[in-house]
Amino acid sequence: MTVLYDVPGPRARARNRLLGVLGTVALLAIFAFVIYRLAAAGQFSPRVWEWIQYKAIQLLLLDALWNTLRAFAVAAVLSLIFGAVFAAGRLSDHAWLSRPATAIVEFFRAIPLLILIFILFFGLTQGAGIQITAFWAVVLGLMLYNGSVLAEIFRAGVASLPRGQSEAAYGLGMRKSQVMTYVLLPQAVRAMLPTIISQLVVVLKDTALGFLILYPELLYQARYLGGQGQLGSPILPVAIVIAAIYISMCLLLSWLANVLERRSRRSVKARPDPGAFDPEAPAPEPEPVGTSATG
Amino acid sequence: MNVLLDNLGLYGSAFLGTIELFVVAAIGSLVGGLLLAAMRVSPVPVLRAFGTGYVNIVRNTPLTLVFFFFAFAYPRLAIVDLSFFTRACMALIVYTSAFVCEVIRSGVNTVPVGQAEASRALGFSFGQTLSAVVMPQALRSVVPPLTNVQIALLKNTTIAAGFSVFEAGGIYQRLSEQGYNVLIGLLWVAVGFLILVVPLTLLQRRLERSWSVAR
Repeated sequence: MTVLYDVPGPRARARNRLLGVLGTVALLAIFAFVIYRLAAAGQFSPRVWEWIQYKAIQLLLLDALWNTLRAFAVAAVLSLIFGAVFAAGRLSDHAWLSRPATAIVEFFRAIPLLILIFILFFGLTQGAGIQITAFWAVVLGLMLYNGSVLAEIFRAGVASLPRGQSEAAYGLGMRKSQVMTYVLLPQAVRAMLPTIISQLVVVLKDTALGFLILYPELLYQARYLGGQGQLGSPILPVAIVIAAIYISMCLLLSWLANVLERRSRRSVKARPDPGAFDPEAPAPEPEPVGTSATG
Repeated sequence: MNVLLDNLGLYGSAFLGTIELFVVAAIGSLVGGLLLAAMRVSPVPVLRAFGTGYVNIVRNTPLTLVFFFFAFAYPRLAIVDLSFFTRACMALIVYTSAFVCEVIRSGVNTVPVGQAEASRALGFSFGQTLSAVVMPQALRSVVPPLTNVQIALLKNTTIAAGFSVFEAGGIYQRLSEQGYNVLIGLLWVAVGFLILVVPLTLLQRRLERSWSVAR
């Protein structure tokens, strides 16, 4: 039950039923219209779905899927490293280290990822004569952008821990690097794991930007197949299949994030709970970083 | 510097295109997100299920794919012939609405149930409860993350440039045709986005600090 509605009485129940019926009818009408348009445009004819049976096309799509996953894996690992390094830089006590790190993180978060990829791919090639392949342009762009977002996530995670944790560690005579690596980071990573994985979903989604610089990933092959006249130009069926692939991959990752979140909510250890140590401090909510990216 | 000064008109019209797209899509996504959020918190199971399904699917779809649909697949359906600008707006609205919906929904859910119960006990009608008790409180936790979503939308408008060239992200193609240095041209585009995004980010941080409620 949400905040807004009381437990319904007889009149409210009747109204809700009516709304339910009207809503169902409206939604069904929309779906029926879409299906009708698809059918009228001949998108259900066997001709435009034939391509699924061809072995060469299946291999082509598998290859495209591999290219997407390869870019995702490399970009994910690199952005985690980038994020860890720059989070450490921002948390440093030395201004000569923390200021540039802050500036770099803020800079790459403010620029659209696509512009970053364009700079790496077209800019460096045509402007500075440095050759970068489409693969590396996508991966490095993803690393710079998502790495910066991850740096913020790591930092927020460390900041959300109770102060007593680091105080106790310092009190035991640990040095700053020891406090970080043995005490703060393990807890912060555990608390932020769901957010980190949501950000990895963003990385996976944004590999699709490679399409715009002709990196041969899923969307690129979809465009290519969709333009093939001898297959009946099946751009809609191909787009539907590609969408299903992308959505199921991302849903799988999101589901993992949800499972982890539920697990960490159950376990007391992983919860950053400042109230236990400092009742005056306001609950430091981790920044809603998931929304800051393309998605 | 020459690249910018020689092409001031090009940059001007391109960034105008970006801002136009942003404003239309921002208004559209706010309306769409509000509708979806109303569905998701409504006591009608069908609407709730549709809202949840929509949000879960759209949030897990790459925006480039949404654009792909509207750019290449939509014209095949031959429903209404729309300009690319309109289709770009629709793609951005379809995508961003899901994020706006989630922000509004979680904002409404931060209001303790007791607040609404107390106002009902005082005899407030649904409209009064919503406008005088729940919304003023929800708004405070909604606006900062909502700014975040809109900043992301502003940056996402560049994807339209990958499909057509009326927008700031497409400047490099014109410059490249005219033989200018593309790297410098693109860096100026980046500077342009910094000028647009940084004030919004500062506003967002300020809102977050001054509007956050201690509960």
